[in-house]
Amino acid sequence: MSTLLEEMNQRALQAGVPLSVQFDVTYRCNERCVHCYLDHDDHGELTAREIMGVLDQLAEAGVFFLCFSGGEVLMRTDFFGILEYARRLLFCVKVKTNAFMIREKEADRLRELGVQSVQVSIYSHRPEVHDAITKLPGSLKRSLAGIRLLHARKVKVVIVDVLMRQNLQDALGVMALAKELGVEYTLDPTITPRMDGDRSILRLGIRQTDLRQVFRTPELVGDVEEVCAPPRAVDDSALDGVPCSAGHTFCYISPYGDVYPCVQFPLPTGNVRHERFLEIWKHSPQMNEVRSIHGRDLPTCSSCSHLGACTRCPGLAYMQGDMLGPSTQDCEKSFARTGIPSAHMLRRAADRVPASTGLVQIIGLQQPAAPALASAQ
Amino acid sequence: MGVDHLSALYIARSREVAARVLGGEMMIMSVRDSRLFNLNQVATMIWQAADGATTLEEIAQRICVEYDVEPGQALRDAEAFVQELARHGVLLVSDQPIQERTLDD
Repeated sequence: MSTLLEEMNQRALQAGVPLSVQFDVTYRCNERCVHCYLDHDDHGELTAREIMGVLDQLAEAGVFFLCFSGGEVLMRTDFFGILEYARRLLFCVKVKTNAFMIREKEADRLRELGVQSVQVSIYSHRPEVHDAITKLPGSLKRSLAGIRLLHARKVKVVIVDVLMRQNLQDALGVMALAKELGVEYTLDPTITPRMDGDRSILRLGIRQTDLRQVFRTPELVGDVEEVCAPPRAVDDSALDGVPCSAGHTFCYISPYGDVYPCVQFPLPTGNVRHERFLEIWKHSPQMNEVRSIHGRDLPTCSSCSHLGACTRCPGLAYMQGDMLGPSTQDCEKSFARTGIPSAHMLRRAADRVPASTGLVQIIGLQQPAAPALASAQ
Repeated sequence: MGVDHLSALYIARSREVAARVLGGEMMIMSVRDSRLFNLNQVATMIWQAADGATTLEEIAQRICVEYDVEPGQALRDAEAFVQELARHGVLLVSDQPIQERTLDD
């Protein structure tokens, strides 16, 4: 991260400015990815006029980085009108799309409107693997065609490769494909539970042994030594620090106007159909509760040696049942990187050690699921 | 490009930027190369005056009115600033008024 960008983030944090917002303009999608956490039915999307009104408010609130995502943004026939409006308000806009519907005309518009980057999910360089994940025959071919059209127009494209058991073996193939296309590549080993609380899709995620291997593949992660370095000693900066930007300089708005601290943090804080965005951002009790949490407030994680370097996602912890608790997926990542178990993993292991030779023991406990997103609307 | 030449030119904000005031300072990003600029008050004044219809010389005169600065100095500094931003596609420069590709059209 550039120094100036760090300064910008710091200034926004101190001033309580929502520097970045992800705005999902639809949950509808032409693909049906096996790992997707969304309900693709339309339950009453914001109209283009409503979205533009919200964009005015976001500009007024100081939002600089705006990410339009979905669902598939191009399922909205009015998407380019929304995008044009956002660019007139001078947001730095990133668009997430599967690129299936990007033809010459769409690529030209994305170029003309000056989007900062377009992010496209590609799961494999082999159609039989990619299309099996998206459940849309021909999707790899069409998505790659869209990427080529964008690249030819000098639109920055980033391929995101979500790693699952189904496509893990193709990670280097996708990376080579990205290089051949002249676009950036990034990998993401995180599978997010469905927003209705269903955690069954987590089984699609890669195994611990494979995760360890990923973190030790320089082609995928760069400097292995740095990535897999043992955690540095926990100090006051880690204990006084905030877990991530969610609710601090970042938030998420759903197609129905619900505002959440993050796309991975389905804690309802308000709805822009009923309240002004800044009211929610500044005064929502839930948003302020998220903001009040520091490293030392986390019952388990504050005693964990990984605290200073952990990618602990408070949203995943919330979906696991407790926003102050650990996020098991991040514990597993820290363990895969360093070989050092987290405090949560040690505690869980200790709980599993029989305290007596009793015949009947509780050896595991299912945490209650997070409240369903739909119930908050 | 010398001061005399550049001062007769028109400047306009490019469409290929993102911009927002943060903590009283203007932050600008070129979407072409993701380069980020942080403008001070005088630079912000130039940026906001870059409407494609006003010459750099006129803008420099406004700076002299607003700030206690010598005209030659104001023009030289404004020129250096404009050249830097034009190099990154953040400002457009022309010897004619710029009607298109501004943010206000």
